[in-house]
Amino acid sequence: MNNSLLVVLIASGIAYGTPLLYGALGELLAERSGVLNLGVEGMMLVGAVMGFWAEQRVHAGAVLSLIVAVLCAAFAGMVMSAIHAFLVITLRASQIVSGLALTIFAGAAGLSSYLGSDLNLADVPAHHAFHAVFPSSLQNWPIVGPIVFGQNPLVYASWVLVAAIAYYLTRTRPGLNVRSVGEAPGAADAMGINVVKYRYLHVLAGGALAGVAGATFTLAITPQWVSGITGGAGWIAIALVIFAFWRPELCLVGAYFFGALQALAPELQARNISLGPTELWTNAIPYIATVIVLVLVSWRGARRRLGAPAALGVPYVREEA
Amino acid sequence: MATITLKGITKRFPGVVANDDVDFEATAGEVHALLGENGAGKSTLSHIMSGLYRPDEGEIRLDGVPQVFHSPRDAIDAGVCMVHQHFRLVDRFTVAENLILGDRRGVGRKFQLDPGAVVEQVRMLGERYRLPVDPRARIWQLSVGERQRVEVLKALYEEAKVLILDEPTAVLTPDEANTLFETLREIVAEGRTVIFISHKLNEVKAVSDRVTVMRAGKVVATVPTAEATPQSLASLMVGRELDVTKRRRSAAPEGDAVLEVQDVWAPSYRATTSLKGAEFTVNGGEIVAIAGVAGNGQRELAEAIAGLRPRTKGTVRIGGRAIRNGDPRHAYRAGLGYVPEDRLGTGVAPNLSLSMNVELKSHRHGTIGPFLRMSRMRERAEAAIRTYEVKAPGPHAEAATLSGGNIQKIVLAREFAGNLKALIAASPTRGLDVSAVDTVQRHIAEAADRGVAVLLISEDLDEILALADRVLVMYEGRLTPVDRRDDVDRIGVLMAGGA
Repeated sequence: MNNSLLVVLIASGIAYGTPLLYGALGELLAERSGVLNLGVEGMMLVGAVMGFWAEQRVHAGAVLSLIVAVLCAAFAGMVMSAIHAFLVITLRASQIVSGLALTIFAGAAGLSSYLGSDLNLADVPAHHAFHAVFPSSLQNWPIVGPIVFGQNPLVYASWVLVAAIAYYLTRTRPGLNVRSVGEAPGAADAMGINVVKYRYLHVLAGGALAGVAGATFTLAITPQWVSGITGGAGWIAIALVIFAFWRPELCLVGAYFFGALQALAPELQARNISLGPTELWTNAIPYIATVIVLVLVSWRGARRRLGAPAALGVPYVREEA
Repeated sequence: MATITLKGITKRFPGVVANDDVDFEATAGEVHALLGENGAGKSTLSHIMSGLYRPDEGEIRLDGVPQVFHSPRDAIDAGVCMVHQHFRLVDRFTVAENLILGDRRGVGRKFQLDPGAVVEQVRMLGERYRLPVDPRARIWQLSVGERQRVEVLKALYEEAKVLILDEPTAVLTPDEANTLFETLREIVAEGRTVIFISHKLNEVKAVSDRVTVMRAGKVVATVPTAEATPQSLASLMVGRELDVTKRRRSAAPEGDAVLEVQDVWAPSYRATTSLKGAEFTVNGGEIVAIAGVAGNGQRELAEAIAGLRPRTKGTVRIGGRAIRNGDPRHAYRAGLGYVPEDRLGTGVAPNLSLSMNVELKSHRHGTIGPFLRMSRMRERAEAAIRTYEVKAPGPHAEAATLSGGNIQKIVLAREFAGNLKALIAASPTRGLDVSAVDTVQRHIAEAADRGVAVLLISEDLDEILALADRVLVMYEGRLTPVDRRDDVDRIGVLMAGGA
């Protein structure tokens, strides 16, 4: 039963969907504060390479070196997002241009590839990787075994994160403040909420999560480093935020759906089932997602209806002389 | 005992002194009106009191204690709250959430959010001050009048000692305005201070205890309201005697039907503002006014007639000629002039010179092939500047550098040129100062005297009473004619959606 197509698809959908989920949660935090960051793909790639680098260089036990690696990836993503934050919050540059520039700069043909080859990370096996943590007796339970107990710790951490972010945004004072900053920065400012601080913090947190998303590839899914390893996952993550109506719990559902789509092609191949050029259309998803994202974020009517933060993409200038 | 005292306040902006050595005092228990034309410096002064601007010189005292406000937050913490014309509310939040957002003393300080805790408080405040609002409603679901109530509630919830309202009645129906005045009386009865900013003389008379009149950045006078007349206040405001008695035109001449609107329907992004079967005629020489609170389909009506908004049904005729749907140039050629409500965005091209703007609608006239005749354009612009008393450095000035009143005069100059048969004037004097209002209204009345059919869309009842021969009231996209054009009570009821 645990080998049935559906169970396998759900289980591996969760695994493949986890980087999407981290990336989407990070983007959600930034967007809820009113900052659109199209640099997710770039930040993920830098996180992926730096996480793998730390894992290679830290000579310690598996647990410690993996924790250090994830933290390093988060830090790297945060540094990349700091560039975006400075450009769009302090200098009030166009968020779309800055985000795209970040992805091009850090992306598959840029910084992340340079770092990867300069640090000799290509074609190197991982010393440690995230594996399933529960005993195989639990993993062999019918249905829930592979789906719930067959996952690695990064997956479980993301579940905690979804709940934490949902609680943060809807039930806490700082969460209310962030939402007000994303909806009506002028009103928030008049109420004494520091718009710039809130935007910086959430863009940086978003960058850190994008870094972790990248590390999920190099430390859990693959686990090794190749150039452009994320394969457009950052774009899907941004699209997911829109499809999830800016709600963390729906990000989870969407991420696993896209994850399952990605798992579909190899799984069908392994079972000798042909559904036409599956490979083609799963590979095209990131590009289709990109187009949809750009159309939706620039189309005012759609934004209003979908529930986008009202000030998303708009630099805040205090009305003052 | 004085609650708020300003001494020697001076605030300079590049090129202007917005406040010049202003002394101002509002005492506890009074509604103090701050009266002045646009640009007189009353908004700057209120922004200084509410912490948005910092004065270059001078000091603010609250109950005798000097205050330095670095931000609106500081002012709120000291007890000075302001209700802006553009509300500072988060549309997607509930009323309760909006109150918590500004709360630094009670429930709002807790990390965990509990909107339920303020719900009861909002209800109590609402009952006490006659400000009924559902605390769980989201702001976007509320009418403009209700949103204003939320702003006032917010200030009361913050325990404001001084409440400043910036032109609060601009968005209200006459009934709503009266209710607001009652609320303000109750607030001051508790020993708080209300500062009421306005340029409407009648309101100032109705609500305030004292009036401070500002002109050109200076305080001209502070007088007890009971001793002031609208005439005396107006002359203080403008600096000269001005005729504020209503201009009553004798009955409109019997002209032919020039502008005919038959069963016109036009969509909008909201159902309440889409146009539903507008039907009326405007005769030559007649001024027909559309009254109503903004956002009830007035803009859709104007655009549907002018050809800017596609009509889903119905016909518009000008001088007997049916106007093609969605073709503004066809309407213009048939003799339609259009003074849009958004004068800077739609009325002019802000970054072009005045001479360009005057010429915008001439299309092929005034050109030699594709080339512009610059000298003729300059002459025409100079003529327009003279005729319409535009205060501008010259024909080369960019439109955006002019004040609202002068931009409006340029729009009039352009629309009145050529073969004008019918005119749509949408809120033509909104936000203008008294002397510009006077010029604009005079030109509109003169156009009607020349035989032009004028459709005046306005929220300002005084303007409608002064100009209109007939009145229709617009509410949620539907028009209702009023039998007697000066039946203010009836107009007020219809504006609020009554039958």
